[in-house]
Amino acid sequence: MDIYVLLKRTFDTEEKINVSSGKIEDDGAEFIINPYDEYAVEEAINQRDVHGGEVTVVTVGEEESEKQLRTALAMGADKAVLINTEEDLDEGDQYTTSRILEAYFKDKEADLILAGNVAIDEASGQVGPRLAELLGISFITTITSLKIEDNNAFIEKDIEGDVEVVESSLPLLVTCQQGLNEPRYPSLPGIMKAKKKPLEELEIDDLDLDEDDIEAKTKTVEIFLPPEKEAGRVLEGDIGDQVEELVSLLKNNAKVL
Amino acid sequence: MSDKCLVIGEAREGTLRNVSFEAIAAAQKLQSDGEIIGVICGNTDLENQAKEMIYYGADRVITLKHENLEAYTSEGYGQALLKVIKDENPSGIVMGHTSVGKDLTPKLASKLDSGLVSDVVDLELDNGKAVFTRPIYSGKAFEKKIITSGLTFITIRPNNIPALERDESRSGGISTKEIDIAGIRTVIKDVIRKAAEGVDLSEANVIVAGGRGVKSEEGFKPLYELAEVLGGAVGASRGACDAEYCDYSLQIGQTGKVVTPDLYIAVGISGAIQHLAGMSNSKVIVAINKDPEANIFNIADYGIVGDLFEIIPLLIEEVKKIKQ
Repeated sequence: MDIYVLLKRTFDTEEKINVSSGKIEDDGAEFIINPYDEYAVEEAINQRDVHGGEVTVVTVGEEESEKQLRTALAMGADKAVLINTEEDLDEGDQYTTSRILEAYFKDKEADLILAGNVAIDEASGQVGPRLAELLGISFITTITSLKIEDNNAFIEKDIEGDVEVVESSLPLLVTCQQGLNEPRYPSLPGIMKAKKKPLEELEIDDLDLDEDDIEAKTKTVEIFLPPEKEAGRVLEGDIGDQVEELVSLLKNNAKVL
Repeated sequence: MSDKCLVIGEAREGTLRNVSFEAIAAAQKLQSDGEIIGVICGNTDLENQAKEMIYYGADRVITLKHENLEAYTSEGYGQALLKVIKDENPSGIVMGHTSVGKDLTPKLASKLDSGLVSDVVDLELDNGKAVFTRPIYSGKAFEKKIITSGLTFITIRPNNIPALERDESRSGGISTKEIDIAGIRTVIKDVIRKAAEGVDLSEANVIVAGGRGVKSEEGFKPLYELAEVLGGAVGASRGACDAEYCDYSLQIGQTGKVVTPDLYIAVGISGAIQHLAGMSNSKVIVAINKDPEANIFNIADYGIVGDLFEIIPLLIEEVKKIKQ
């Protein structure tokens, strides 16, 4: 089976966000594989181990994303592709990214494409479904279980806490939700092997795309931090009185009861 | 350019979700002079839902009835809505940023070769140009976005843009459109209800969330009881989910759901940055924790230091008193 994973490099979830001159400050920040994409990598490896074939992880991004791609290779993916847009694109959006991926997948015969259901930075959740639409294949978002038999996919999907049991057929794109699996940590031999696994680097020229073809349809005009929340009041006294006071404050001052 | 804005309504168990009405309010903000057209899909009598959309500000409503629209699938709804979009040729589309909205809108945007600004929490007009505010990094920061070409297509986060006043004296046309839906490849076999009865986390006005301090699945019971008397929903920190006290679907944080209820009660939650990202924009935050140094107290409006198993039952009784 030809399995592909869409992977994005993101800020570590523990990072505090600072803004300077209208941009998110990334000096010295730790970067990770987007946590939802980790589920996708893990699932791709598991499916390959059952059905055979190859797992290719694909990133659209900057040079530095190589580190996260190597991590995915160390987890067990077979090949990696970095579509480096650093020099060609100032600012893209989800339209841009999905069009680049469409061009990449044009001559591939993917049976299964996995992605995270959302990236924790921009959190649009658009690229997966957009790509499936461009490729003319079905997609199922926020999956928590995946079984493949022959050409059929048996899936459980999270819909706001409920579980939908869905059947579809390959080729298929799925986006992964927490609960799908437990992503492994790369093993030391895995890390050693990853260094020798193929990592192909492409630019949009190589995909016969012109900058103008994929110009973003939306634009960020400002980035700002929410107002700092100030610490409020810690109540004091007998526990019973505190509870009584709390309810009174919520009802009369905050007016939320 | 046409001056029409489509609002895609979304129902749950036969009743339109509140975010559909909020979407009408957003559409009205976008183009107060334009025509706001509600669209509803389903396989039952949709007349009442259509009327509700009009009471909440839609000028007219198109209903789409088909057996393949009984439950949401991206293929079925996608085909139906594309037909309407093609016929009406709107300049804007607004929908809720819900499970269905997140699934459907990127598909439509891709098909329409359009941009899409998702998860909008606020919008304003700057010299007639719409500027959308949306959280990034799970609310650790915000960005303002504009649409530079094509359709004004957005999804809005529930609970942020207030719906207009319901007005039963409003009237408007309701039409049913015949549609053909074919070639469905994805079939829903079953839906297993796991979410707690009643209120959905992303739309809840009150959330009672538990952390590791709750200690067990059993320990969550009083939290459910408190949520019930408050008419709210139960959430959890990653710690509580990892420890299997509750299902991952309840997780609030940078991984998990991002919520902005009117009242957020954090119980036995220390307040890791990962969790704060998912809830710190709630209107009022209450922290209950036995550790006075817990980080959660730094962002809470009101805090009680003490044993949650002692405090929660007292709180339930006290709330019951004022709710009577």
